[in-house]
Amino acid sequence: MVIAIVLLLIVVGSVLFHWLTPWWLTPLASNWGKMDDTLSITMAVTGLFFVVINLFVVYTLWRFRHRPGVRAAYQPDNKKLEHWLIGITTVGIVALLAPGLAVYANYVQPPEDAMILEVLGQQWQWRYRFPGAGGKLGGTDARFVTGQNPFGLDPADAAGQDDVLVMGNEVHLPLNRSVKVLLRSHDSLHDFFVPQFRARMNIVPGQVSWFWLTPTQAGRFEAMCAQLCGIGHPTMHGYVVVEEEAAFKAWLAAQSTFAMTLAPAAPAAGSGPEALSARGRTLAQTKGCVACHTIDGNAGVGPTWKGLFGKTETMEDGSKALVDDKYLRGFIRDPKSRDIRGFANVMPPIPMSDDELDALVAYIKSYGSEPVKQ
Amino acid sequence: MAYADTEEILHDPHTFITKYVWSQDHKVIAVQYASIAILVGLLGLALSNLMRLQIGFPGVFEFINAERYYQFVTMHGMIMVIYLLTALFLGGFGNYMIPLMVGARDMVFPYMNMLSVWVYLLSVIVLLASFFVPGGPTGSGWTLYPPAAILPGTPGHDWGIILMLVSLVIFIVATTMGGLNYVTTVLQARCEGMTLLRMPLTVWGIFVATILALLAFPALFVSGVMMLLDKTLGTSFFMPALVSMGQVTGYKGGSPLLFQHLFWFFGHPEVYIVALPAFGIVSDLISVHARKAIFGYRTMVWAIVIIGALSFVVWAHHMFVSGMNPWFGFFFATSTLIIAVPTAIKVYNWVLTLWRGDIHLSVPMLFTLAFILTFLSGGLTGLFLGNVSVDIPLSGTYFVVAHFHMVMGVAPLLVVFGAIYHWFPKVTGRMLDDRLGHFHFWVTFIGTYLIYFPMHYLGVLGMPRRYYNYENYQFIPASAHSLNVFITVVALFVGAVQLVYVFNLVWSTFRGRKADPNPWRACSLEWATPDTPPKHGNWGAKLPVVSRWAYAFNVPGAKQDFIMQNAALDAGGVEEQPKSYGASS
Repeated sequence: MVIAIVLLLIVVGSVLFHWLTPWWLTPLASNWGKMDDTLSITMAVTGLFFVVINLFVVYTLWRFRHRPGVRAAYQPDNKKLEHWLIGITTVGIVALLAPGLAVYANYVQPPEDAMILEVLGQQWQWRYRFPGAGGKLGGTDARFVTGQNPFGLDPADAAGQDDVLVMGNEVHLPLNRSVKVLLRSHDSLHDFFVPQFRARMNIVPGQVSWFWLTPTQAGRFEAMCAQLCGIGHPTMHGYVVVEEEAAFKAWLAAQSTFAMTLAPAAPAAGSGPEALSARGRTLAQTKGCVACHTIDGNAGVGPTWKGLFGKTETMEDGSKALVDDKYLRGFIRDPKSRDIRGFANVMPPIPMSDDELDALVAYIKSYGSEPVKQ
Repeated sequence: MAYADTEEILHDPHTFITKYVWSQDHKVIAVQYASIAILVGLLGLALSNLMRLQIGFPGVFEFINAERYYQFVTMHGMIMVIYLLTALFLGGFGNYMIPLMVGARDMVFPYMNMLSVWVYLLSVIVLLASFFVPGGPTGSGWTLYPPAAILPGTPGHDWGIILMLVSLVIFIVATTMGGLNYVTTVLQARCEGMTLLRMPLTVWGIFVATILALLAFPALFVSGVMMLLDKTLGTSFFMPALVSMGQVTGYKGGSPLLFQHLFWFFGHPEVYIVALPAFGIVSDLISVHARKAIFGYRTMVWAIVIIGALSFVVWAHHMFVSGMNPWFGFFFATSTLIIAVPTAIKVYNWVLTLWRGDIHLSVPMLFTLAFILTFLSGGLTGLFLGNVSVDIPLSGTYFVVAHFHMVMGVAPLLVVFGAIYHWFPKVTGRMLDDRLGHFHFWVTFIGTYLIYFPMHYLGVLGMPRRYYNYENYQFIPASAHSLNVFITVVALFVGAVQLVYVFNLVWSTFRGRKADPNPWRACSLEWATPDTPPKHGNWGAKLPVVSRWAYAFNVPGAKQDFIMQNAALDAGGVEEQPKSYGASS
């Protein structure tokens, strides 16, 4: 009879766990409270079935356990009972499905006046785009993608010139305003997932997918990629800041437009090592280096740049190499030439002029473990 | 139907090689299939423990870098779903049980049957070879979604993915050869009196699952070939215009979603390719060990058939947030929840078979009871994920991982364990050790529940699956990490205890207690062979003749509490025939 007791304990334990669990939905920060309601309905209905059926099994095991001399009944079926059970189950299923589909009907019809945000998923970082004053996003194509133009915007499309581009992982949104989020990628599948918003969708290269929401809580929320996109999948850490309309407008006004990014970069003031390093920082952004290399000491897909210069790295084959000027230049020019232990050898060769390489190496040096000698 | 006996053309094997290696005997082939599947399954288990080490103790084990972690995840999933469960249920149980349970001397195409197992072995060798090629096996997740699967940035994007796809294509060849055999044998080689509606539910489950396999695997086959072409010849079936690692590629115009549709058109029926044989086997185990006729036999058969048919129109519930046209969500949510009705009926009927039974708590029965609870849990969480608006926040989280492990990982494996305890005496002539059996049962049942039940709650919290680590994510509390440590510790223990089971299999094969020909006092035909284990040709001089169904337990007025299917007609216990089936029995 141990099995009957264990089944009983599992049922009781599961119900208690459900009541006492510290792990539950993150606090809701969007209009999709109804998704939480359908989750609760489903939890209640399925929980009821789980408890009732298992308790019935427990009772049956105890009541009809084998006893010498007692034989089982012969009852191959009972049509009436079966029809009742089919009926009750059908009612339960309808009770789950009807509210679920009602909420979904809302999900597939974004409000007409929703503002537009485009999220660009890229191995392994986020970028964002808003339509400019013209209200229309410019056309894009993968063949326009360069380090300078990661969105692949068509330079000839007039509608795209005033598009506001956000080159970092963080985007701002106004509070209580519906947003239709357009999703695009040029490399792999991704999924823009902010747990507190509930709503989400996969990002598929070659098409534009979308979802919509209305942020209802101010705050800074974490975004993550929820569709496996390669080795750096967990490092796609983004942020959505929800704030009052005025603050949002001020933030938006401070971002650059596509036309501005097309203009040749103003020559850095001065030509000392600091100016060079500042140019390197811009390059690290535009060439996409920061997707894999942090400057805060946390290893990403590649080694962090904090303390990298001057450090001795161990290669996959056990050999060691000092990270110096020659090492960095050699590696950036031909990333396949070395295989560093602990990291996948996935860095692509990134086309770069000699001047650009100087600037980037100067920037990496500035975070090195030994002070840069002037 | 012809009942011609074919014993004279069976070509009895005479040498060791023809008897145990190049054997055309369905029983030897079944053991070969099962042995390969269990061995590769142990590898899959070891990989899952390595993954859990990383999730529970990130950074502690230096050799588990991100690249290897994704390779472990991918190979674990593929091995368990395809090379263990599919091969074991169809190739292992299908091969052993079908001819014995329907009263045939062998499969109808024995030579093709032999080819099937050797081609299966080849597919396993190709799969394992990918561990030894430059770049290692693919790390694209078991769903192998393009474009990432064949582009830099994903582990094993060169040789690994190619070997994986080639191995799958070979596996499908093996499954097709086996599958044609099983279906034809069920339809053509039943003995006299064995009508379709007298077949044990084990045969029904495997029969319908095989039909699903024959219809679903081609979708995986073509998508595998198309992806191979995309990878090697640069075609663009699944590849749109892309930028990879900063370089514009030559691909254009393909659709990643096309692959997902093909994959899940196979992938969802695949769930039932594993589940239906388990459903069938469980029905038989419950009936035998509760000494009671299965409740609602005809309903059970129809439920299997209806579930099988519906499984082809629910695939896109795996794609609710894939970016396909969102209006499809209404159809696929509805079709998915409809499938819950026949599935629930099966659960009710198992439970009602216990009601007023004479319940013997043998090890197979314990596994059956554990299956019911585990399957109920996994089936009910399916109602969360099948209902589109509930699925949206849960998709891609640990809720999904917990759900599918309960419903198509642990539940079918509990059936495998129970079924092997049940039929081991028929296969080897010896009983498995009971004490080891109990120990293995309790650890496996309670352990897996402790692993997967709390895991659902990490998914509700929003923890995404397939994360190498969760560094710097603030919304995940430290307690969630403690839970992951707990899950890892339990998983390691449960994993290690499976070795006890393997030891029991090996030890009992040679040293186990000698078994009676029908130790569980079951009615079905496999227990009626003249020899235990059955010899080549199964039935000696004469094929059996069947006079009743396989569930004549505790028939009122009968002397014993069971009547064999092939006992003379006057022993009674003939099942009631509905009017429409009338005179033809």
